[in-house]
Amino acid sequence: MELLTNQILAGIATGAIYACMALAVVMIYQAIDHLNFAQGEMAMFSTFISWQLMQWGVPYWGAFLLTLIFSFAGGILIERLLFKPLAKAPILTNVAGFIALYAIINSCAGLIWDFTIKQYPTPFGSAPFLGSQLISTHQAGMIGVTVLLLIALYAFFRFTRMGLAMRAAASVPESARLVGINTSWMIALGWGMAAAIGSIAGMLIAPVVFLEPNMMGGVLLYGFAAAVLGGLTSPFGAVIGGFLVGIFENLAGTYIPGVGNELKLPIALALIVTVLVVKPAGLFGRPIIKRV
Amino acid sequence: MSAVQEAVPAAPAIEAVPKRAMTLGTGTSLIVLVVLITMPLFVKNFIIFQMTMLLVYGLAVLALNILTGGSGQFSLGQSAFYAVGAYTSAILMEHAGVNYALTLPVAGLICFAFGFLFGQPALRLSGVYLALATFALATAMPQLLKLGYFEHWTGGVQGLVVTKPDAPFGLPMSQDMWLYYFTLVITIAIYIFSVNLLKSRSGRAFMAIRDNEIAASAMGIDVALYKTLAFGVSAGITGVAGGLGAIAVQFVAPDGYTITLAISLFLGMVVGGVGWLPGSIVGSAFIIFVPNIAEGISKGLSGAVFGVILFLVIFLVPHGARQVALVAQHLIDRFKKRQEN
Repeated sequence: MELLTNQILAGIATGAIYACMALAVVMIYQAIDHLNFAQGEMAMFSTFISWQLMQWGVPYWGAFLLTLIFSFAGGILIERLLFKPLAKAPILTNVAGFIALYAIINSCAGLIWDFTIKQYPTPFGSAPFLGSQLISTHQAGMIGVTVLLLIALYAFFRFTRMGLAMRAAASVPESARLVGINTSWMIALGWGMAAAIGSIAGMLIAPVVFLEPNMMGGVLLYGFAAAVLGGLTSPFGAVIGGFLVGIFENLAGTYIPGVGNELKLPIALALIVTVLVVKPAGLFGRPIIKRV
Repeated sequence: MSAVQEAVPAAPAIEAVPKRAMTLGTGTSLIVLVVLITMPLFVKNFIIFQMTMLLVYGLAVLALNILTGGSGQFSLGQSAFYAVGAYTSAILMEHAGVNYALTLPVAGLICFAFGFLFGQPALRLSGVYLALATFALATAMPQLLKLGYFEHWTGGVQGLVVTKPDAPFGLPMSQDMWLYYFTLVITIAIYIFSVNLLKSRSGRAFMAIRDNEIAASAMGIDVALYKTLAFGVSAGITGVAGGLGAIAVQFVAPDGYTITLAISLFLGMVVGGVGWLPGSIVGSAFIIFVPNIAEGISKGLSGAVFGVILFLVIFLVPHGARQVALVAQHLIDRFKKRQEN
C-alpha cells in the first residue's frame, strides 16, 4: 500500500510537467483550433533565453519575468507574420507550417547554444519536500505553480472582459465579430499566452530533464496525451489529464512487468490512441457537433 | 468553458485535386523514364546509390500522396511503416536466409496489414487528431524496435547489417547499379499500379471521401472500408520502400526511423504537390539533396533551411511542384503559339 501511495505521489510530481505543457497545448487549440506541433520547441527556445539571461547575470526571477514577456511577444509575432495568412488555408498547410516552425526553432537553438546538455537552476531547491524522499521541493514548487497558473487562467477567462472576448472569438467567431470583437487579435493573443505558458513549463521542466534543444520531444508527446485525455477544449481537463498521465505512467512502470523507461513513449501512444477511440472529446471536453 | 459549439467552420483537410491533374502526360513520362534509365551509365557509384535512395523515398512519398492526396487523411507516422518494412526485409534476409527480392512482397503485405489495422482507430479521427495519433506512432516506433523482447530478432539498439545483393546471371554491373535498376523496375511497377488505382472505382471512392465524406457515404461508398484500405495500401507501399531502403543502405537500426524521417516524407509530399503523383520524385529529391547542401553551408543548419523553404513553398507555391509544372506548361504553350503566328 505504501508503494502505491508513493508511486501516486511521484506520479503527481511528474504529472505537473505534463500538466503545464498540456495547458499550453489547450490554450493554442482553443485559440486556433489546431494542435501546435512546434509548442515544445517554442518552450525550449524560451527556456534557453532565460538561461542566457541568467548567464549574463540576471537573477532568476528577473530572467523568468523577462522570458515571459519575450515569449508572449514572440508568440504574437509568429502568429502575425506566419500563421495569420494561413488562417483560411487547408489543415494540411497549417500542419506543414507547424512542422516548418518546429524545424527552424530546433535548428536555430542548436546553432546558437549547441547541442550539449546544460544544467538549469531551480528557484525552489531540490531538498526532500516535507521529509518525503519521493518528491523534492522543486517538484512541489512545480505542482504549486501549475495550480496557480490554472487558477489565474480560470479567473482570466471567467471574470475579465478580455477573457470573455477570447472565449467568444474561439467558439463562435462570426457572432463574436458582429458584436465588435477583434477576433483576429484574439487569436494572436491566444498564441502569445500559449507561448508564455509554454515558457513557464519549459523553465520548470529544465532542471529535471536538463537543458538541450531536444529536451521537449517526449514531454510534448505526453503533453498531447494529457491534453487529449483531459479534453482539448478544457484547460481544467488538461491539468487533471496531466496529473493522471503522470500517475498512470508511474503505476504502469511499477506494476506492469516489462514496462521500463524504454516503453515510456509507446505508453503515451497507446494512451492517445485509446482515448481518441473510446472518448474523443476527452474526460472534460465538450463534444464537437458538426452541422451537416 | 463555453456553450456547445454550434457549427464547426469546416476547413477542408486538403484542397481538392482534380483527377486528371494527378498524373503526367505520356510524352513527359517517357522522357523522365529515359533519363532514369540512362543516367546511371554515366555517373559514379555513390551517385547511383543516391539515385536509388531517391527512388526509395520517392516510393514512400508516393504512398503518403495516395493516402493524403487520394483519400484526404493525414499521416505523420509513415516512418513507422517504413521501419516495419525495413525490419521485415532485414530479418527475413539475415535470420531466415530468404532471397532479397522475395522479402519485399512480404514486407509489403505485413505493412499492409499493419496499416489496415492502424486505420481502424484512425477511422474515428480526422484532420488534426489523425495527425496527432500518427505523430505519436512515429515517435514511439524507435523505442518499440529497441525493445528487449525482440532483441534476438531486431538486434536491439545496434540494429542489423544487411548484405548487399550481387547482380544475378553474371551481369557485368556493380552491386549499386544492379540495385538501382532493380529498384527502378519496382518503382515503375508501383507507380503504374498507383496511377491505375486512383483511376479505378476505389480511387474515385477515395477522392469522393476526401472531398466530402458525408456526400460520399450518401452515395453508397463504404467510407470505413475505403479509408482503412487507403491506409493499408499506403502502408504497404511504404513497407516495400522500407525494404528496398534497408537493402540499399545495408543496415537497419531503430534510430534511422525516427519522427524526422516521417517529417521528411511529409515535407516531400508538400514540396512535390499534394495529390500529384509525379511530384513525389521531386519531393524525394528535395528531402535527399537539400539537407546535404544545407549541411555544406553550416552544420546543424539543415533544419532551419528545411523549415524556411517549407514556409516559402506554403506561401509562394502552395501546390508545390505541380504548380511549377503547370506554370511551365502554360509558358511553353504560349511560346509555341507565338512561334506559330
